[in-house]
This record gives sequence, structure tokens and C-alpha cells, in this order.
Amino acid sequence: MTETSEPLVSAPVSPGRAKFLRFLIRDAGVLLALVLITLFFSATAPYFATPDNALKIFVQIAINTVLAAGMTFVILTGGIDLSVGSVLALCTVVGATIMINEDLSPAAAITLSLLACMATGAVCGFLNGWISTRWKIPSFIVTLGMLNMAAGAARVVSDNSTITGLPQSFVDFGNLIIGGFLPSIFLVAVLVIAAGWFVLRFTVFGRMIFAVGTNDEAVRLSGHNPDFYKVAAFTISGLTAGIAAMVYLLRLNIGSPIAGVGYELNAIAAVIIGGTSLSGGKGSIIGTLVGACILQVLSTGLQLLGVGDNFKPIVIGLVIVLAVILDAYRERLLRRIR
Amino acid sequence: MNDVILSLEGVGKVFPGVVALSDVSLSIARGETHIVLGENGAGKSTLIKLLAGIYEPDTGTIAFNGAAYQPKSPHDAQQSGIRIVHQELNLLPYLSIAENLMLENLPRRAFGIVDRKALNSRAVTLLKEVGLDVDPRTRVEALGVAQMQLVEIAKALSYDSKLLVLDEPTATLTPPEIERLFSIIKRLKARGVTIIYISHRLHEVFDIGERVTVLRNGRLVATRDLHGLTVPDLVRMMIGRDIADEYSFDDTIVPGKVALSVANLKRNAATPAISFDVRHGEILGVAGLVGSGRTEAMRVLFGADPKLDGVIEIDGKPVAIAAPKDAVRHGLSLLTEDRKGQGLLLDLAVDKNITITDLSKVSRNGLLNRRAEAAAANDLVGQLRVKASSIEQAVRNLSGGNQQKVVLAKWLFRGTSTLILDEPTRGVDIGARREIYQLLWMLAAQQKGIIMVSSDLPELMGMCHRIIVFSKNRIVGEVPRAEFDQERILSLAYQEYVRP
Repeated sequence: MTETSEPLVSAPVSPGRAKFLRFLIRDAGVLLALVLITLFFSATAPYFATPDNALKIFVQIAINTVLAAGMTFVILTGGIDLSVGSVLALCTVVGATIMINEDLSPAAAITLSLLACMATGAVCGFLNGWISTRWKIPSFIVTLGMLNMAAGAARVVSDNSTITGLPQSFVDFGNLIIGGFLPSIFLVAVLVIAAGWFVLRFTVFGRMIFAVGTNDEAVRLSGHNPDFYKVAAFTISGLTAGIAAMVYLLRLNIGSPIAGVGYELNAIAAVIIGGTSLSGGKGSIIGTLVGACILQVLSTGLQLLGVGDNFKPIVIGLVIVLAVILDAYRERLLRRIR
Repeated sequence: MNDVILSLEGVGKVFPGVVALSDVSLSIARGETHIVLGENGAGKSTLIKLLAGIYEPDTGTIAFNGAAYQPKSPHDAQQSGIRIVHQELNLLPYLSIAENLMLENLPRRAFGIVDRKALNSRAVTLLKEVGLDVDPRTRVEALGVAQMQLVEIAKALSYDSKLLVLDEPTATLTPPEIERLFSIIKRLKARGVTIIYISHRLHEVFDIGERVTVLRNGRLVATRDLHGLTVPDLVRMMIGRDIADEYSFDDTIVPGKVALSVANLKRNAATPAISFDVRHGEILGVAGLVGSGRTEAMRVLFGADPKLDGVIEIDGKPVAIAAPKDAVRHGLSLLTEDRKGQGLLLDLAVDKNITITDLSKVSRNGLLNRRAEAAAANDLVGQLRVKASSIEQAVRNLSGGNQQKVVLAKWLFRGTSTLILDEPTRGVDIGARREIYQLLWMLAAQQKGIIMVSSDLPELMGMCHRIIVFSKNRIVGEVPRAEFDQERILSLAYQEYVRP
């Protein structure tokens, strides 16, 4: 507020306090939920609060975190990407095929494989975005098509078989636990999240992603091409699917055409639990990381508590629905503060 | 006044950051038409929402029809006999008029099957009461705004409402439509319906109202008999000071060379080609009825909709405009008619809305400089006197006038050579309106070209050097300032519609 304008009627919530409340409601809520769930399992489930188990959780969330990071971009623009699971499968077989090529040195094979994974994923993502914007088709449908196409392509490339025999140095890196507490693949996931956070928060591109998700027509009439940012978001989602495929190879050491089934839903769940709105324009990638943690902590904790595999999905499903309900409620609260 | 239908006693409502209403006491007599005035943000909307059952008051009490009135939902409000016709109409576009009218109480036959015959015949009766001669089986989407409004009023009647609240019903209506609406209001009044009427158009309230209540900054300024009051009196009550001349046409500004010229612009094969130009330092008015092709022409010019043919020249040089980004690059700006849907990023903060037109000014190598952004936004917010708690406030929570100022700010931030304004003061209160007018004069003095589309003829006549008139997609005339005449412009606007 400037001196020249008349003051609003008396304001019981100061800007500073409103900002803090906003932070509490929007960001700290999920984090608090994670802490409470973790404390709950630490107290009730045997072996939960052990370093070994913590390491296991870090390892297990890596793939989903990377996928969900890209998914965050797409959902922020108001889209959805159902294809990331099978794009990941396609990338694992492409990457593994290159990596087991004996004409290449291990270093060259690994580098080439990484590039091929990222390129394959990015191309799939680009196609998703381009087709849905060019012909104005809901991304739900386009990426559903891509889900099938990429799954088929993965079978074609791999001749419908699992690819094994990755270079030993690659396998070793996948098993590496840096300093005894930081699994290499978790580090990859954290780096992807950090990169996404930086882009969304500090760059013009990130601002445009939020703006497009808020009102793409207003963005267009402000002299921009919103489709460019939508296509870019899908390309990023494809790219992270490629990176997630490398993480998959690091962790499981096989390229498989049937990898990644249902991964897209886990990624979407992480994004939504993390507080990103399905209608676009609102959310944060740090929330996505927390969302991925919540999902895995629940899954591991329930298992350790002896909840059967049949009941586990029921609980996790409930949590997802709860998260969306809370999200709607949170919006109402935030609207009052802003 | 012994028969009070609605009374408010010390009613207050507080939102975090804003006191929306404070200690409002008011009583409304049965059968009167009561005008409520106030600038945007004065508390009118909050008052309506309290009556509609959308909000509950924090303090004070409301009594309706002799009993305490505490609706928990809009449904409760309707049950009690209070019906609101909101500014944004709430009809279902793909259902028929009849279905919309009786949606909450469809006549039924056995097995819950809708009785179409009863439905349509009842609808005919209701439509007759509001003077709307349309087949009740017509889908609502096929109606014009004025007709939709009448459907809303008919709907209110179908519930035997005792109190009807009309929120800016004339904002999008043309003069003859307004006249018809007023005659319907008078008829309702004769039937004993109490009406609360909210409007920004001060001249019209004298035609229908008996008493007026003015709100300012959430407080009640006064409730008076309209008889004996004048428009300047009302203005003074609303803004707390005098406004000498609303428009203050500045004749020291002399238009220069042609800034933008449009030749033979065609939207599609069915619409006629149009040509016009605007000079540097000129305010060109665009008059015409709603739906006469004014908005469409501006959108095509700006590249927002595809064009079939036509040459656009800026400063004498032809330019290719295929999308809004081309128009913006060539220095054009468009303030759209629908500011919420097309102008603003409602959930984002004021600063982000302002800088969206040119983020390169507040970034380096693709990295945002938040401090520079805040400085630029604060600068414009101060210059345009945008009332916001801070530049971090979401635009959604600003009043209409302040939202409009944010749209202007975003184009000023970009830097514009020609500004196209489509209904810049619709839903904007008189104080903010004045400030927008002054800003336009300032821009004209800086030799910007300004195209102003408006349904408010006095506004155009007060502001413009020249007015072009649209009628049925055609430009049917151009009137220079010296020959401004309300009747002449209006008859031009109707020209293409009255012909056989």
C-alpha cells in the first residue's frame, strides 16, 4: 500500500501475519501431516524408526518423486499426464538396450543411455503437449493414448523381454549410499526437485507456468503464447519420466517393458497430496516431495504394522481423497486471508 | 412507516483484512422500492450476500416479515421469500426457459416424470408477467442478456417472493431494455413486492426509487427520501466530496497524426468490412448496442479472434497481426470487456498481474528480479491509486474498480502506443471511474491513441473527440465532438435493426 491511496477499512490481519497464515495453511499443513504420520508409525510400528528403514524409504520414493516433479509442472498448467508410467517403461528398455551394447565403453554407454532416456521421454512429452494444444484435445485423452502407445513401443523395442546385464559400474552407483545416509538415487530425486523448485520460483518461465494455469486466455491476451508453456510442461514431464527411467535402472538393474504400471497414479497422488490444485495455477514442488514422502511412509508404516497388502491400498486411497477434501477447504481459508 | 418488512439492526461483517460492513441499521417498508448506492467496496455485495444466506453477520440482527431472519443457505433465503437477482446471472444455459424457471419445483406426473405441458403453460404465465414474449421451450443460451435478466425476475416471481433484490440489473442493458425493465419493476411494485435496487447509474434511480440508502467504506452514510435529492447530492454522499464535472473534457489536447488505421477489416464472409482510424492523442468513442459487433471488431483487430481480411496500419506502416502477441509487440493494448475472465489472473497477486505483460523488464537471463518487480508494481499501484492491502494481495479480492486499475496498470507497465478499452467503466464505482477518466486524459496528453468502447453514451459524449457508431456489425456513422447529440447517436445505433 502506498501513501497516496486511501487506507482500506481497518485491517485486523496485518500483511505480515496474513503471509504467515498463508504459509501455515498452504505449505506447512502437508509437512505437519508428514511429521505426525511419521511420529505415529515411529511409536506404533516395530522397526519403523530405524536408520535402515529410513534408508529404505529414501530409496523407495526416488522414482515416484522424479515422476511427480515433472507431473507438478503439467498439473500447474491445468493439464494431466497419464502416460509417464509407460513412457518410463519405454525409456528403461531404450536405456538398457544402449547400455548393454558391448561396442561401447561403459562410460560412453552410460552417458549415451542417459541422453537417450531423456530424449525419448522428452519427445513423448512434447507429442502429448503438441497434440493436445494443436487440436485442443483434453490432455487426459491424449496422454491416455500415449500411455498405450509408449507401452506398445516398449514391447516392440525390447521384443517383449526383460533386458539385463547392465555395466557393473552403473549397478554399483545405484547401490551407493553416500556418507552412509544418502542413497545415490535419492540424491538424484532431490536434485530434480531442487531444479524444479528453482525454475518455478525464480524464473520467468516458472512464473508463466503459474500464470497459464491460472487463466490461459488472460495470458494470451497479454501478448503471450500459452500453448508454448503447456507444451513445455508436458515436455518436462516426459523428460523427468526419462530421468525416472534411469533411476529405475539404477535401482532394479533391468529394463522392462512392463515397468511403471500404475506409476502415473502414484505421481499424481503425490502432487495432489502435496497441495497442488488439479485445476492449475496453485501449488508447489516442495509440496510434491512431501506428498511423495507421505505416500511411502504410509505404505511402509502400514506394512510394518502388519496391515495386509489387501487393506493397504484402501488406507492410501482414503488418504488421497482426504487430501483433496483438505485442499478444497484450504482454498476457502486462503481466499479469506488474501 | 409502520409496516416494516425488513430491518437490520447494527449489522456487521468482518473478513480477515477488511471490515466489509460495520454497524449498519436499516429498515425497509413493505412495498417500497429502495435504492442502495455505494462505490465498489462500500459493502453492497456483502449486504446482498447476508440477505441471500451466503454469509452470516458477525454482529447485529436481521428481521424479516416480523421474525428473526437467520438463513443458513440461499435455499433458506428463498424459502423465506427473499430472492436475489445477481449481477452475474445464474441460469443454466443448456436448459429451456421453462426448466430454468421451475427448476427447484418441476411439475411432475406419476413416476417423477416431468409434466411438460404444465411446465410450459406455467412458464408462459410467468413470462407474460415480465413482458417477455419468447417460447418457454427456448434454450436460455439463445437469449440476450436483457432477456436472461427478465427470466431471472420471472423466476423470482415464480416463488412468490416478498422481497426482490436486484443487483445492478441495468449494467448491460440498452436504454429501451432499461425502460422495459423499469415498467416491470413498477408493475411488481403495484403488486406489493418490495424491491431493493442496486445500481451504479445514478440518473436512473430517480425513475423508480422512493428512498435511498448510501453505503461508504462498509458504513451506512444515510437513508433519505429520493424526492428532493439530485445526482450531485448522491455523489457527494457516496464519495464524501463533490465532483464538479464527471468527465472534464480536456480541449487542450489536440490529436496529431494517425496512430492506428484499420481498412476493410472483415471477420468472416458474412460480416461487412469496416474501416476506421484513431489519432495520437485522440480518444475515439465506439458506440452501439450490445451485440452490434463492437467487441468483436476490437478482438479481431487485436488478433484475439481470426480475421478474414483487412489491412492494419500503425503509424502509416502496415503490420501483420495474427495473434495478440503481434498486437502487443506493435504497441497495442486491449482492456477486455470481461475483466475477470480475460483480463486478470484472479488468484495471483497484484504485482504478478501487472508484470505479466513484459516480464523481461523485471528479469535478467530469464531470472526474475523480485525486488525490481515489487518496485515497478508499487510504483504503478501508487500512480493509479489502486486500493489493495499490499501488492501481494490476490486480485480476486479487490473491488471492480481496483481490478480495472490493475488491468490498466499492466498495460502501462508494458508501455503502449494505442489502447483499446472495451467497457472500461462497467461495474466500476464513480470514484474509480473518475480516476480512470483522468488517467485516460493523461495518456491522451502523452499522445497515445485511445479507442473507447462503451454502452454508456453520456460517458462517451463526455470523453471522446469523435464517436463512431456500430449497428449490426457495420460502422454506420461518425460523429465529431461538435455535433454530439444523444438522439442522433442512438438513432444511428438502431439504424440497421429497424429496417425491414
